[in-house]
This record gives sequence, structure tokens and C-alpha cells, in this order.
Amino acid sequence: MSLWQKHAIFEKNSIVLVIGILVVIAIGGLVEIAPLFYLKNTIEKVDGVRPYAPLELAGRNIYVREGCYLCHSQMIRPLRDEVERYGHYSLAAESMYDKPFQWGSKRTGPDLARVGGKYSDEWHRDHLRDPRAVVPGSVMPGYGFLAATELDFRNIGDDLKVLRLQGQPYTQEMIDNAAKDAATQATTDAAEGDAVIKRYPKAQVRDFDGNPAKVSEADALIAYLQMLGTQVDFKLYDDKANIR
Amino acid sequence: MANVLAPQKRMTIGEGGLALTFAALALLCIVIAAKAYTPEYAFHAYLFTAASVASVFAIVNRYYDRPAETPLTIDGKPNYNMGPVKFATIIAMFWGIAGFLVGLIIALQLAFPALNFDLPWISFGRLRPLHTSAVIFAFGGNVLLATSFYVVQRTCRARLAGDLAPWFVVLGYNFFILIAGTGYLLGITQSKEYAEPEWYADLWLTVVWVTYLLVFLATLWRRQEPHIYVANWFYLAFIVTIAVLHLGNNAAVPVSIFSPKSYIVWSGVQDAMVQWWYGHNAVGFFLTAGFLAIMYYFIPKRAERPVYSYRLSIIHFWALIFLYIWAGPHHLHYTALPDWAQTLGMTFSIMLWMPSWGGMINGIMTLSGAWDKLRTDPVLRLMVVSVAFYGMSTFEGPMMSVKVVNSLSHYTDWTIGHVHSGALGWVAYISFGAIYCLVPWLWNRQLYSLKLVNWHFWISTIGIVLYITSMWVSGILQGLMWRAYTSLGFLEYSFVETVEAMHPFYVIRALGGFLFLCGALVMVWNLWKTVNAAEAEQPAGVALAPAE
Repeated sequence: MSLWQKHAIFEKNSIVLVIGILVVIAIGGLVEIAPLFYLKNTIEKVDGVRPYAPLELAGRNIYVREGCYLCHSQMIRPLRDEVERYGHYSLAAESMYDKPFQWGSKRTGPDLARVGGKYSDEWHRDHLRDPRAVVPGSVMPGYGFLAATELDFRNIGDDLKVLRLQGQPYTQEMIDNAAKDAATQATTDAAEGDAVIKRYPKAQVRDFDGNPAKVSEADALIAYLQMLGTQVDFKLYDDKANIR
Repeated sequence: MANVLAPQKRMTIGEGGLALTFAALALLCIVIAAKAYTPEYAFHAYLFTAASVASVFAIVNRYYDRPAETPLTIDGKPNYNMGPVKFATIIAMFWGIAGFLVGLIIALQLAFPALNFDLPWISFGRLRPLHTSAVIFAFGGNVLLATSFYVVQRTCRARLAGDLAPWFVVLGYNFFILIAGTGYLLGITQSKEYAEPEWYADLWLTVVWVTYLLVFLATLWRRQEPHIYVANWFYLAFIVTIAVLHLGNNAAVPVSIFSPKSYIVWSGVQDAMVQWWYGHNAVGFFLTAGFLAIMYYFIPKRAERPVYSYRLSIIHFWALIFLYIWAGPHHLHYTALPDWAQTLGMTFSIMLWMPSWGGMINGIMTLSGAWDKLRTDPVLRLMVVSVAFYGMSTFEGPMMSVKVVNSLSHYTDWTIGHVHSGALGWVAYISFGAIYCLVPWLWNRQLYSLKLVNWHFWISTIGIVLYITSMWVSGILQGLMWRAYTSLGFLEYSFVETVEAMHPFYVIRALGGFLFLCGALVMVWNLWKTVNAAEAEQPAGVALAPAE
């Protein structure tokens, strides 16, 4: 009986075949995925990286909703031209609170991993409304409707609760104040601004969309864009700390 | 009275149970719609309600119409259940045209951004997932449903298992497509590439998919042959693995049962790895294993030759499914994913070249002794060229997974071109070939025109060539421009200069897509004429297949 005939056991028993398939496909996935949950360089802690403030999270959810990742990556590779064009290469820790990750796989537009602080709020406002008004060769769609749409953040506390359930370090105080913090962060010279910054260090508190009358989706999205890649201070970052 | 002669008709537990389940679901969805956080989610809840009510009505109505018993065999021959196969075949063509059309629209949007009209519902970011889901999951998925239900019945010589279950699978799957697609347009997405539908759509798909697996397995158990035919191994690997990948990648916690929003349990690096473990194996098992099953049935059948090598098919099968799973990290080269994982991904991607070409050889060499048919049978030519495209893109893929090549190609249109040489050349062509075979078989007609198949073949082949060559040029050009330095050591081009350089290639790509769409419309016309052959001439201009 040759070896080939032994294969008949798979061909004659559908359940054996299913088990065979499951075993064979399990190996690669387990070897590649499981270690990422305990290897030091994938669960590194880096000073400055914190969970998103409620307004930033709402802005991130708009980024997710509009599918921005289809044209913009958020992952700077350690290649000379990328580091010169976009800034320090991206660290694993910088996306540790990203659900889902938005590294992207296509750069129809530039990388956004460190876009925070690169342009003014006014620039973002104009650019979102009419990209070709500020960048004539751009092929980006206009997102003028964001500034016109009121941000729905009534239930943003629920979002924080779910994230805490999944292990993100939101405190009860943060959850209780979530909706209020979102409104405060979008207001220039807000009385409660310091409390927001205390809860979320380095949070930028101001009226991002230039319209103090309402908290718009543009407020949230610009707040998110302006904090992207700004959490880690690379003057203090020790790139040897997380090498095993 | 008929009752005297026929056995007593009773409502089965399946019928009653399913009708009650749908009634309960309808009630639940009304409550959810009333308390939904967003109007978009309420709309989906109402869609679920309407579909549930329609299902209850359809089940009861069918009960009154159906005979008391459905025999498994008639005069010793299997009483095949081809209704769900016919439905999936027709709707595959419908979604195919829709998906190609949306692809053409977004290609034009990249060339002429004014076509976004600055409206949320039709902006590139929302239409692009609609295009990918429509072609992969709606067109490809229905082709897989249709062919798998056809092939498993014919190769087992047994009627499809289940009474309502096969209909639940095809209708339920297409309802998932409806929810997913309308969701993208309304901004309901989790923005994980190729896994965009939100938690409730994922949950629904899980129910449908498990039923699919059970129907497929139970049909295998009815087989009259001792051996399970090779095509069915590939179908089984596709169904089982997609279930595992779907559950792993979409593990999420909804914000509330009244909210469409959920948060994935993975984050950052881990989410990236899980995503591309899923993403690359959606290619490997949905777009490869499933369509290889089509190759292993339809090419031998059409060529009237046996599969070239049984032993090669065994090696092909196990090597392919073992190696594919490892290839995901090649989507994450030079990212924050650890180097060892990237290197593993690259190594296995290169090894994957071998079983891929083994499968290609097994498919193409099946024509041994029947090569002359390539001249006379354009349907067979379509399928053989698809296997050749499979060979080409499974060479290109491993090459692009080499880290130095990837450092240039990643983030550029080269990836898009590579995907389309596989998707248009391989997946769509083998699907077209299978459907050109299936429709005459299912409706018991002669194919209306082989000449039109020839036209379809050449129009869309020119379209594919325009598409992939323009993307090679634009991808490599953009990659080189990004890394170009002046003699003084400064970056030579600003980002937007590299965007402007893409314009002519985006126009050529759109032209390629337009030709591919035209070819598919020729096919729809041909199939329409085939199915209606016995009837009077249809008025011109009715090019689309009927919805049901």
C-alpha cells in the first residue's frame, strides 16, 4: 500500500477532512499572532502615549466612518525618504489604543501618522471644505459637510465604557465626564479646559472649526488630526529600552 | 381528494421553527429601530424587520404550495435541487455588473475628483468598500455559492441537503450583502479592509455561513461515491477557513445593541496582524481555494478530459492551505510589526509560489489531448486564460512580498494592479467560464452565441491589459518619485507632484475598467438570450438579468 493510498482516509471521511484542514490552517496563524501579545517590542510602553480624549475619539470615528485609511496611511516606515518626508518612523506603542488600527495600505494621499501640528486649524478647515483650494493638484473629495454637521457625542461615554471593558485605562471620572469633556475641548478658553488637559495630558483645547456656535464633526476630526503623532517626545525617547 | 392518494402534508419542524424565529426577529428589530442611536441604524433595523416578515410569509406560502414530500430520487436518478443555484447564478451577474460599475466610478473619481460632488454618500472613501465588497463578496461569493451547490450535488450524485436551508443560505447571504453595501453608503463601517461590515452584519453572516457549512457537509454525507471529489476539498477548505478568519478578525464589542458602532477587541500591532491574517487569507481561501474548486470541476468537464494529476492535486491542496495562512505579514513590511514576523511572511509567500504553480499546471495540463478546443471553444479559452493569469499573479505576488521590492511597491498603485490581475484575470474569468457552462446546463438550453463569448473575451482582455500595465507604470513611477533625491541631497518631489503625475495612468485605468464592464454587459446579453431562447424575442435594451 503506497503512501498515496493513505490519503483515502481524508477523501472518504468529511469530518476527518475538516479536522485536517483546521489543524493545517491553525499552525501559521498561531505562530505569527500569539507571540505578539507577550513580546516586549510589541507591547512596549512609551511615555506620553495615552488613550484618546472623547473629542479625539469622536474625530477618529469620523475618520473611520469616511474610510480615510483607503488613501492615507498612518505608518511611517524606517526608510530615509519617509523619515525625511513625514518624521520619525512609527512606533508600535503609538497605535496601541487604535481600534481598529488605521495603518492603511495605500498612499493616494500622504501619510498622516505625524500630521498633528504640521498645519493650522484654518488650513485643515479650508482643505476639508475644498482640498483643491489649498492644494491645486489634490484628488481628495471635499468634506464640507463635516463643518455643517453637528457632532453627535451624547453617547460617547458608552464608547469609553466599551474601551475600558477591553482594557484601556479610562477611569470612572473620565467616563462620567466624557460628553462634557468633548464639548469643552472644542471651545476656546473654556473654563473646564484645564480639567480636560489634566485628564488627557497634552490635549489641545480650542474651537477647531472656527465656529463657536456649535460642536461640529469638523471640530472632532481636526482635533484628531492635530494630535496625530504628537504624543511621544522623541527628544526623550529611548529606542533601546524595548529591545530584549 | 388529493389527500387520499398522497401522504398527509404536515408543516415540518424546520418550517415552523424558522417561521417563529423570523417572527421573533421581526419583533426584536422593531424595538431596536425604535430605540436606535442613529437614523442609519434604524433604517437597517427596519430592513431586518421587513426581510423577517417577508421570510415568514414566504415560508407559509411555500408550505401551501409545496407537495407533501420531495423525493430524493426520481426513477433512480438524483432529484437535484437547482433552484438556489439558479438564483445565485443570476444575482451573481447582477452584483458583478454593479461592482464593475462602481469600480469604474471610483477610478474616474481618482482621475477627476469633481465626480465626488462633495457628497458624503458617494465620496471615494465610501464607494471604494462598496466596489471591493460588491465584486469580491457579492459577485465572487454568489458564484461560489452557485457553483459549490451545483458541484457538490453532481459529484455526490445526491440532492442538496436541507429543505429551507439552501434557500436560507443564498437569500441570507444576499441580505448580508444588502446590509453591508447600504451601510457603507450611510457611513456604517469598521474600516478594516475587506472586513468593513459592522458587528450586526457580521453576526448575521456567521449564522448564514454555519448553515452553509452544514448544508455542504450534509450533502457530502449523502454521496453515492466512496470518495469526496477534489473540488469539494477546496470548497470545504474555503468554507471552514473563511468561518475561522471571519470570527477571529471581527471579534468586537458593540457600544450598545442600539448602536451600529463597535470596537474591535484587538488594537494596534495585534489588530494589524489579525487583519492581514484575515485579509490575505480572504484572498487565499475566498478568492483562491474556492475558485480553484471551480477550476477542478469546470475545466475537466468542459474539456472532457480527466484532471491532469491526482497526486499533484493532493500536494496542491495541502501545501496551498498550509502555506497561505503564513503569508499575511507581507502586507506589513517595514511597519511596527516585529521583523521576525515580516521575514516569516515573506519566506512563506515565496514558498507559496510552488503550490500555486502546481495548481496552475494541474489546471492547464488537464487540456492534454484537447488543446484543439482552445481554438473552437471560447468558454474553455476563457477558463484556461484565467488559470494563466492565476499563474502570473501568483508569481508577481511572491515577488512583491520580497522586502526590498515591497519597500518600493507598498502604498502604490502597483498593489492595485497586482490585485486586479488576479481579480479580473483569474477570479472573474474563471467565474465567467463557469457561468457560461452553468446557465445552459441549469436552464437546459444551448448557449445563444459563442461568437459573443469571443467578443466578451477580447474586449475584457484588452481592458485587463490596459488596467494592469497602467498601474505598473503609475505604481513604480510614484514609488521612485517618493524616494528621488536631488544632487544636493533634498527630496526631489513634493507629495502632490507625485499625485499629479498619476493622472494619465488613472485615465487609462478607467478606460480599461470601462472595457471590462462592456465585456460583462455583452455576457449578460448573451445569457439573457440563452435563458429566453424558447420564448419570443425580447425588446432590445433589456440588458440586465432579472433580479430573481
